[in-house]
Amino acid sequence: MNVELKDIHKTFGAVHANVGINLVVPAGTIQGILGENGAGKSTLMKILSGFIQADKGEIILDGQPAIIRSPADAIRHGVGMLHQDPMDFPPMRIIDNFILGRKGGLLAHHASVVKEFKQLAEQFSFSLAPDAYVDSLTVGERQQLEILRLIWLGASVLIFDEPTTGISAAQKTKLFAALRLLAEQGKTVLFVSHKLEEVEDLCHRVAVLRQGYLVGETQPPYSTHKLVEMMFGKAISIGRRNPCAAANTVLNLQDFSVENYKLKVLDVSLDVRYGEVIGLAGMEGSGQDLFLRPVGGLTRNMGGKIKLNGHDLTGRSYHVFKKRGVAFLPAARLEEGLIISLDLTEHFILAEETSGFFVNRDKGRKLAQERIQEFNIRGTPANTVESLSGGNQQRALLALLRTKLTLLLLEHPTRGLDIESTIYIWKRLKERCQQGTAILFVSSDLEEILQYSDRVLVFFSGSVTPPLDAITLTTEKLGELIGGKGWPQSTSGKGA
Amino acid sequence: MKKNTWINLSFQIGALLLALLITTLLIVAAGAPPFKTYLSILKGSFGSTQNVIAVLIAWSPLLLTTAGVLVTFAAGLWNIGMEGQIVLGAIFTTWLLRLLQITSVPPALIIALGILAGMIGGALWAALAGVLKTFGGVNEIFGGLGLNFVATALTLYLVFGPWKRPGVASMSGTQPFDQKLWLPGFLGSDLSPIALGLSVLAIVAVFILLHNTHFGLRLKAIGKNPKAAYLMGVPTWQYSLFAFLLCGALAGLAGALQVTGQYHRLLPNISSGYGFLGLLVAMLINYQAVWAAPVALFFAALNIGGIQLQILYKLPFSFSGVLQDLLVLLVLMGEGARQRFVKNEQEPQ
Repeated sequence: MNVELKDIHKTFGAVHANVGINLVVPAGTIQGILGENGAGKSTLMKILSGFIQADKGEIILDGQPAIIRSPADAIRHGVGMLHQDPMDFPPMRIIDNFILGRKGGLLAHHASVVKEFKQLAEQFSFSLAPDAYVDSLTVGERQQLEILRLIWLGASVLIFDEPTTGISAAQKTKLFAALRLLAEQGKTVLFVSHKLEEVEDLCHRVAVLRQGYLVGETQPPYSTHKLVEMMFGKAISIGRRNPCAAANTVLNLQDFSVENYKLKVLDVSLDVRYGEVIGLAGMEGSGQDLFLRPVGGLTRNMGGKIKLNGHDLTGRSYHVFKKRGVAFLPAARLEEGLIISLDLTEHFILAEETSGFFVNRDKGRKLAQERIQEFNIRGTPANTVESLSGGNQQRALLALLRTKLTLLLLEHPTRGLDIESTIYIWKRLKERCQQGTAILFVSSDLEEILQYSDRVLVFFSGSVTPPLDAITLTTEKLGELIGGKGWPQSTSGKGA
Repeated sequence: MKKNTWINLSFQIGALLLALLITTLLIVAAGAPPFKTYLSILKGSFGSTQNVIAVLIAWSPLLLTTAGVLVTFAAGLWNIGMEGQIVLGAIFTTWLLRLLQITSVPPALIIALGILAGMIGGALWAALAGVLKTFGGVNEIFGGLGLNFVATALTLYLVFGPWKRPGVASMSGTQPFDQKLWLPGFLGSDLSPIALGLSVLAIVAVFILLHNTHFGLRLKAIGKNPKAAYLMGVPTWQYSLFAFLLCGALAGLAGALQVTGQYHRLLPNISSGYGFLGLLVAMLINYQAVWAAPVALFFAALNIGGIQLQILYKLPFSFSGVLQDLLVLLVLMGEGARQRFVKNEQEPQ
């Protein structure tokens, strides 16, 4: 099926996620959709598959304008999407999941469906037992089930959103074979990814999105250099940096390993010095977020040791880390960092070391007033946190930190903030470094990583580079590493 | 701000009026004269000294359960198990009184120890629900509900088994205690000034605890966002468990006072539904401790004033319960409607 997207616009609040996107994908092609986080890839694909509606624009399928208001609409038009996290029902059997989305009679013809399922599975050489339960499957197998289901429901346009995250190398090979077969059968495949190598290997053509715009389309032979440039823009000019790392080690990780159901980050050893800033770069979900939390004791590491100032804190809880001067600032400010419906005064009272049984509100208000001034927060002590803007919420979070800190862990410290707030927040963070606080931060903003880090760890599918000196690192090199290029053979693909 | 206050008030009054309207329709449907029915509720609750005393007797345990549930609500927990906690309080008190009544310990001390035992009993029962929640991953609503049934079964076992009356066991409970083990009543009634005093003290203490102490603020923080509270250094599960203990102790106190002040024995229905009624009061006042005392008094009055409706107008005796439940339901719905209204008002800006 030929797919044509015409002048697609979508805004979320102030963010223009898709700006006048035009894209034509002929039947029988594997179309790569490339871009960094927040470039608008997922938004565009969700519009095509009916999960959200465009503010403006047209979807044309085989020359006919299609109105797609829901995923069910989309599948009726022959468009199906595989999401990053499999959308299935783990406590049910494979065959039941398979039948589930089908419209029609009350009773499914079980035997005939099983037969069809087996035929389809064989066609793609997937080995799935119809009676197995979904929660016993790997991520890759659940993906295979989803592919079969969509094809069975009549999808002739298939969208894959980052499908190679969390699957094994063998499953990846199988998946790619299946995608090629689908294209040969005349189906249209949209392959959303940030992994350069995969896109170059698989796709017949590539469209690159950046900040909501479709910035370019290319065809083989691909030039990695050009793709990186399209993804991240022209070389970023880096301002003057002032490293203030001391000689002594504050944090020591030894063979530190973490994992979740999708990803493994194995055997990272790292020494962080007083006042040093370490940037953790990578596309979202490459392992950096997974890695940061256990460094603060928020989750358990699966293996290895963590030492703070020489004290072994492996397996201890966040509150033990906190007593030793560790603080963690989450990316989800209102979900994890601040408490909705409590005012700033109450937050400052909560965050301070308590003395006595009764709350001294006057003292709390005074403290809040002081910090509000010191941190330029636009608000009053009686403001509830949800009434503040994002930038002011982040300032409040910083203002809540106690004075003496050994190690500060931050997730996306300036995400969603305007430039003024961003500069201000890093000024305060750098002041902390001068006082000897070491900082580890996760960011998907290359500029932020290069501008403020002393050293950088790049994550890709759970593999980690050794610490790279930020001064010698170029945007292009960093962009390539983030996209999975230029990795030494021994480390790449460890997560698979 | 001013405008919002008016909006809030009109929605609340609207909900009250609607509850009254529906109740009136129900009264008419049951074939009773509505105006006279309301009047007789009023008379039945405040018409005579005796009635006022009866209302105050009902007010006391209701204040305690409301106070308790305000603590767990602050921590974001639904302590449905207060009924069972009252019962366990009553059982522990009865047990201690039975144990000591044959000794030469001074009666006043026995009563004091008995009440203390009741509080411990309630607290332990609540802690069980809390531990199930914190370490077992059992939602406190299910845990509490299950433990309520266990508590009821335990009472029945005791009343008909080891603690049965000499002669014949019956639903009327265990053998009443000697009068020297009763809390002294006011003017020869069952209204114990000590029980009333303790209950008022409890609600005042809970008010202060929730509004003026670090403990209360942290509990509130946990209730509203446990993740953020944890990141700010609040030991979350310990505080949740403590909230359970405190609520259980207050419910246990209610049970202990039912035994020592009112019934002077253990009977199967010792909790009299005050656990659930306390939940209703807390929801109706939107968890604002200031309003606990008057609204609990109103509910107690409805309970007492409604008793005679059955005789007067052949209305079912659960009638005041219907009014109470309607009130809570409609006020909650009114609150939901208000939030949507306010949101719609703000949207166009």
